[in-house]
Amino acid sequence: MTIDTLVFTGGFREPVFQSQSVFRTLMDCMARPGTIGRIAPAVLPPPPLGAMAGAVALMLCDQDTPVWLTPGLAGSALPAWLAFHAGAPVTDDRQTARFAFIEKAALLPSLSLFAQGTQDYPDRSTTIVVEIEAVEGGRPFRLTGPGIRDEAIVAPRGLPDLFAQMWSENRRAFPCGVDLVLTAGEEIACLPRTTVVHPLEA
Amino acid sequence: MNTANLATYNFAYLDEQTKRMIRRAILKAIAIPGYQVPFASREMPMPYGWGTGGVQVTAAILGPDDVLKVIDQGADDTTNAVSIRAFFQKVASVAVTTRTGEATIIQTRHRIPEEKLKPGQTLVYQVPIPEPLRFLEPRETETRKMHALEEYGLMHVKLYEDIARNGHIATTYAYPVKVEGRYVMDPSPTPKFDNPKMHRSEALQLFGAGREKRIYAVPPHTEVVSLDFEDHPFEIQSFENPCALCGAENVYLDEVVLDDKGGRMFVCSDTDHCEQRCASGHRGSLAYDGEIVR
Ligand SMILES: [Zn+2]
Repeated sequence: MTIDTLVFTGGFREPVFQSQSVFRTLMDCMARPGTIGRIAPAVLPPPPLGAMAGAVALMLCDQDTPVWLTPGLAGSALPAWLAFHAGAPVTDDRQTARFAFIEKAALLPSLSLFAQGTQDYPDRSTTIVVEIEAVEGGRPFRLTGPGIRDEAIVAPRGLPDLFAQMWSENRRAFPCGVDLVLTAGEEIACLPRTTVVHPLEA
Repeated sequence: MNTANLATYNFAYLDEQTKRMIRRAILKAIAIPGYQVPFASREMPMPYGWGTGGVQVTAAILGPDDVLKVIDQGADDTTNAVSIRAFFQKVASVAVTTRTGEATIIQTRHRIPEEKLKPGQTLVYQVPIPEPLRFLEPRETETRKMHALEEYGLMHVKLYEDIARNGHIATTYAYPVKVEGRYVMDPSPTPKFDNPKMHRSEALQLFGAGREKRIYAVPPHTEVVSLDFEDHPFEIQSFENPCALCGAENVYLDEVVLDDKGGRMFVCSDTDHCEQRCASGHRGSLAYDGEIVR
């Protein structure tokens, strides 16, 4: 194996086109909460991070975006992979993180610990990428808000039991607050801070 | 399309780092509808005023499978629209169209197409002055504070002064709107006729201001309300006669001078809309069968 082969292991083979298509899928999902996007992630990050979260990382992160990682991810080869492929620095400080990554089954910290943005600059907040078990088959939620015609029903599997409560606190901080990207396998769904999450009986 | 033949890192002109930065701004803009996200606008191979903000937004979202339409004042064939379309054909080999219904991305200056936009379409506005409060308060630090505190009283005072002076709200372009009950937003210099089309649109609407370095957005199905008063409700322009070429009513019309003797007619500003109506047999008062001259 040549140095070059090692160097490019797990990154986008065609960064321009693959990151564009991941972005468009993500943009559509952010613009239409409740929509499930499907796309081949085309990257292979070091475990335990999954491929779709890795694709989002390489598509959006670079030297301008400090990244916060869970202890499980921080202790893996991920920081080196992110540094190499994206030039993105890892930070311990959730308040300065532009992105945060939570691998499947890891604890999702309280959302208010991450950067919320300010009233003047609500965009200066953390976008949290959370890997879940599946985008379907879990406890159902009814979603309303911008991007949703009347309502959308989603049932992500692998979110904390108290998620609806965590999210309503985040929602109350509007226009501040975090935005969530949920990934599972080749699927992706988004919860921008505007989305109202109503729990439904399973 | 064979993507292998393109100079990889120059697809859509912008470098990948710039695209990432713009893409991050777009995602935040979608998450905070109507809020102006600062971004580090790049020099583009065209002067400001030619829609460099819209061009950067389009370049950051555009992919090989997109079909691009570019309009200026509703027309696909003005210099500005032709140049921008040619630019993206050159740097992205993207398919282009003049048909609103066929486009996945529509970049626009000054109009929203008459044809109802569909899910999956993105409308990219070229914005000269993104700050609706700018003419009331020149300082950016102050307007930012006004948005933060939802201090929009001055804006209402300005509109009310219109009423006091003219008996009605005289603002006809860039008529301010409130998005999802929170941010007051400049819809860019579209005629207020188009404001209702922004309300709960099926399409994603993205706004790029190059010189002022701002990106903002209205997601689909989002409430967009034109500012008004109970005793002076918002009204769109109305036209006495239908389009002289295609007979369309309830569309925005442009005045066209026919000769040097004061002859003139009013025709659809949306050229695609007019052409499609003519092609399907609609006729206005000045149209000749079989020969439509614009
Ligand atoms: Zn017409």
